[in-house]
Amino acid sequence: MSARGLTCIVAASMLALLPAACDRELRKLSKPQSGGPVPAIGDKPVGMQPGQPGPGLQETSSARTYDGQNAYELNQGKRLFRWYNCGGCHAQGGGGMGPPLMDDKWIYGHEPDQIYDTIMNGRPNGMPAFRGRIPQEEVWQLVGYVRSMSGQASPAAAPGRSDGISASPAEARRTRENPRTTGPEPPVKTP
Amino acid sequence: MTRRSQASVKRTAPAAGAAALLEQTWRDPPGLVGWLSAINHKSIGRRFIVSAFGFFVAGGLLAATMRLQLARPDNHLVGPDLYNQIFTLHGTTMMFLFAVPVMQAMAVYLVPLMIGARSTAFPRMTAYAFWMYLFGGLMIFAAFLLGMGPDAGWFSYVPLAGPDYGPGKRNDFWAQLITFTEVSGLLISIDIITTVLRLRAPGMTFARIPLFVWAMLVTAFMIIFAMPAVMLGSTMLIMDRLVSTHFFNYAEGGDVLLWQHLFWFFGHPEVYFIFIPGLGFMSAIIATFARRPVFGYPAMVMSIMATSFLAFGLWVHHMFATNVPELGKAFFTAMSMMIAVPTATQIFCWIATLATGRVNFRTPLLFVLGFFFILVIGGLTGLMLGSVPIDLQVHDTYFVVAHLHYVLIGGAVFPLFGAWYYWFPKITGRMMDERLGKWNFWLFFAGFNVAFYPMHHLGLAGMPRRVYTYPADMGWGPLNLLSTVGAVTIAVSVLLFIVNAVRSRRHGAIATDNPWGASSLEWAAASPPAAYNFLAPPVVGGREPLWEASKDVGAPTYVTGLALDVREALATTPLDARPDHRYIFPQPSIWPFVSAVATTIMFIASIFSPWAIVWGSLLVAVPVTAWFWPKRAETEKHLALEKRP
Amino acid sequence: MNAIQNALQSAGPQAAQIEQLWWLTLAVCAIAFVPTLGALLWSLWRAPRATEATPADTAIVSQPERRTRSVVVSAVVISGIGLAFLLLASVRTDHALAQLPLEDALNIQVTGHRWWWDIQYDDPDPSKIFSTANEIYIPVGRPVVITLLSDDVIHSLWVPNLHGKKDLIPGQTATMQIRADKAGTYRGQCAEFCGLQHAFMAFTVTALPAADFDAWRAAQLEPAAQPTDEKAKRGEQLFTSGSCMMCHAIQGTTANARMAPNLTHVASRRTLAAGTVANTPQNLAAWITDPQKIKPGVNMPAHHLPGGDLDALVTYLGTLK
Repeated sequence: MSARGLTCIVAASMLALLPAACDRELRKLSKPQSGGPVPAIGDKPVGMQPGQPGPGLQETSSARTYDGQNAYELNQGKRLFRWYNCGGCHAQGGGGMGPPLMDDKWIYGHEPDQIYDTIMNGRPNGMPAFRGRIPQEEVWQLVGYVRSMSGQASPAAAPGRSDGISASPAEARRTRENPRTTGPEPPVKTP
Repeated sequence: MTRRSQASVKRTAPAAGAAALLEQTWRDPPGLVGWLSAINHKSIGRRFIVSAFGFFVAGGLLAATMRLQLARPDNHLVGPDLYNQIFTLHGTTMMFLFAVPVMQAMAVYLVPLMIGARSTAFPRMTAYAFWMYLFGGLMIFAAFLLGMGPDAGWFSYVPLAGPDYGPGKRNDFWAQLITFTEVSGLLISIDIITTVLRLRAPGMTFARIPLFVWAMLVTAFMIIFAMPAVMLGSTMLIMDRLVSTHFFNYAEGGDVLLWQHLFWFFGHPEVYFIFIPGLGFMSAIIATFARRPVFGYPAMVMSIMATSFLAFGLWVHHMFATNVPELGKAFFTAMSMMIAVPTATQIFCWIATLATGRVNFRTPLLFVLGFFFILVIGGLTGLMLGSVPIDLQVHDTYFVVAHLHYVLIGGAVFPLFGAWYYWFPKITGRMMDERLGKWNFWLFFAGFNVAFYPMHHLGLAGMPRRVYTYPADMGWGPLNLLSTVGAVTIAVSVLLFIVNAVRSRRHGAIATDNPWGASSLEWAAASPPAAYNFLAPPVVGGREPLWEASKDVGAPTYVTGLALDVREALATTPLDARPDHRYIFPQPSIWPFVSAVATTIMFIASIFSPWAIVWGSLLVAVPVTAWFWPKRAETEKHLALEKRP
Repeated sequence: MNAIQNALQSAGPQAAQIEQLWWLTLAVCAIAFVPTLGALLWSLWRAPRATEATPADTAIVSQPERRTRSVVVSAVVISGIGLAFLLLASVRTDHALAQLPLEDALNIQVTGHRWWWDIQYDDPDPSKIFSTANEIYIPVGRPVVITLLSDDVIHSLWVPNLHGKKDLIPGQTATMQIRADKAGTYRGQCAEFCGLQHAFMAFTVTALPAADFDAWRAAQLEPAAQPTDEKAKRGEQLFTSGSCMMCHAIQGTTANARMAPNLTHVASRRTLAAGTVANTPQNLAAWITDPQKIKPGVNMPAHHLPGGDLDALVTYLGTLK
């Protein structure tokens, strides 16, 4: 094999990479709309409603846009965790009024659909129901981020350190916990 | 290995049968493994130049995409994410993978020939540096093709490039590319400096060094002083992103502006790594095509050195819009104005050379003349940008895009194309086509001005940089369209160059040793040079060795007594180039290539895990140890050459 | 080309000083360029032709070349003088820019976000402090001191008709002093690459006569108008019980979040999404439905509302003048 041949092989292999785009790094800016029914989740919120009670935003069904290994989605989830003041009860993962999110104990289940249910419908003892307050696609981003807080996301996708006061290690450097459900069996099982 | 002994410097040329023996000693080994083991400076130089040109074309295609997107307002050819990756990669490729490496590549090829040597000082290290450069470039393009190209600009400002606003591994690839190119650049600079200081032909005192060699020597020193700053910065960036350090986190005591200082302390000298070799090409070509030595040799040398020193005092002019103190900014305005003086000196000396010479209008000279028009405009807009108030209006607008392309393309790329036309006969043994060359020049010149001149107006009319599109009612559409037409013209001209080069290599007129009638030593070697460069290494007696007889009356004209079956050379003293000792070069070796592969694995893995540094170091230690492991047979051969006093 | 984002159409003393320096520098540079290129072209035209075979003239360097030397030295000295002149002019302009009289200055604080501008009007009386977004209003002829902050990455505030740019750097505070001497609306744009929508982070500075400015300010201090018709009432209900209040504030309702632009008087703005589209009901409806179609990458999510609800929300927001 000559030098020229070697160069051609390298060039061809580089171009062959094109279709194999790395899913972890894609920026999915526009979310698909109806891509199937949202998983069966209780209609009635269980936890307290934030702010005034009211009819809320009745959104038409949107697709399940969960991606727990996409760097952009996890980063957006981290931003929303800050913006929507989840840290008010959960701190930066260590908990306070609310339970810690960075350990291995999950009262109401650790699967993405269970966490989605928790955020949408709330839980007893203080977790508000954010249905109608946070759009579905953003809740899925929060689900991904919450799971990354206990190391469930791959280190290449999980967020690095934040540009703020550092209370806990970056999500990418947390040891991966073995999640277990400590509360009663939650109503939603993974499909 | 070195030997302190009397080198015999005789007056007569060596025997003819020596040529075959020398060729066998100095040539590359055969086969694919031989190709990977090659360390001959011309082999490395050629593949280095070709790789850099390949990256130039890739960077140009990225630019063409950008121009197509910007040709019309509210265009949707390319979305914001892809556009950000494209302009980041365009800048990164042109600055780190083309402009600086191609100059180093030309130096690796030409400097030993110009100083009468057979090799650079550290050929295996240069081979390693080339592979590191190539692998780094392939890495960043692979990342781009996989949809994870860096997207924070070629200058990668934090916090945008930091962990919070640059999710994923995109900007880690950028930071690691810097590591690859800095390792490569630093090692080659070390090689060039040592080559120029210790391997010059006897009699080539400092006052007799060709101006191109001066340019490369000064550039190499600049690289060594400037590159550590960006290496430090990029390492800090990777550490912030990978292991949660807080170098750039203001909330934990870091500083956002620290990045800018570190980057631009390197970044400003970097444009001089690109520009000063261009000045070297200019001197070489003008002397030959004006049929006289360049006017004012001492002033030319002083100007190059002054430029290199002043270049380190300009960096804050990239930060005039930040809140660094105003009086400090004024200092950098003064320095930015001052650096125009040595460049102006060189320009006037060249014009004087042409005015008092006899002019041969060939393609290399045409490209040199293009420099005068384009670079001078770029330099004058540079003076505008050096003034703080004006800069506050045009910073980060298309005015700067115009300026930087005028200085880099006018100041470096035009001389580089001239240099390729000029030295193509020496490198390949064939002449390039003159007619195609003139078409190449005029299309490039016209296309360049059509593409970049309108950008001055766009910047003053409010168009910022790094925007993927712009609204129709701003009125920027027509000039953007014109600029795109110019960009397409440039692409056609580069295509003409490629056609010219490929065709001439096969069918060009056979070149003599000195087709242009030039004066420097490389034109005494064959076209292309034999593996050993010079049958008998020359002794130099003046500044223009091929144009005038030796000024050292009674001095010898050749070096003899060097072994023919061992890669031996004569090392000389740094200032006066008196013979000092005999030096034996290493044999071709696969270990630089293998070490580069191991280092690449270590660097790429360390993007994903800090442990890669630990395990990767062990991986790298193995081929590097093999690289330096002495061979008994070779050592015995060298000992046999020793002469007792 | 436009005049509303143009560095050579100054409407205030800062930009005027810079424009003056620009023309002076351009003149000096032209004076340097023309003779230099002229000398080159003249040399090429006059010099005898040669070929590769023409013997090189090495004797010339052993002669003193006095005339050539004096021409070159003079050219360098003249260039040096020109450079010194430019340096002096630049420093004098620097000085002039810092000398804007600041009596009775209006104080504004601008915080850059990805990809919009948060503008807060300061006042010694805290009850007179208010926030708006993306549109700055200033009185003609009065100096304005703008404090520059950033919430996330580096941005740069640039309104060329009034002044050069200044970076908004997170973790640091910068200031800028401007004055508009001509009434009008001037466009500005972020001038430091800040991510996906850097291209669409524009703003305007509108200079009003003093009385008009006071009227504008008084209107801004008013809380949002209470909706009167059913559709607008339904719209307000949707706003405060839905996801809008999680990020936006409307003074006078329970919505008081600061993560997104303040919408108290959104109907009086000329554009939406930091200068990206005109503020019309159709554009507003499209924006609320899917901002990613207009400004992909922006931090506002899509809201696919039933037709009646969308109409009500847009109607309500249209009442917020």
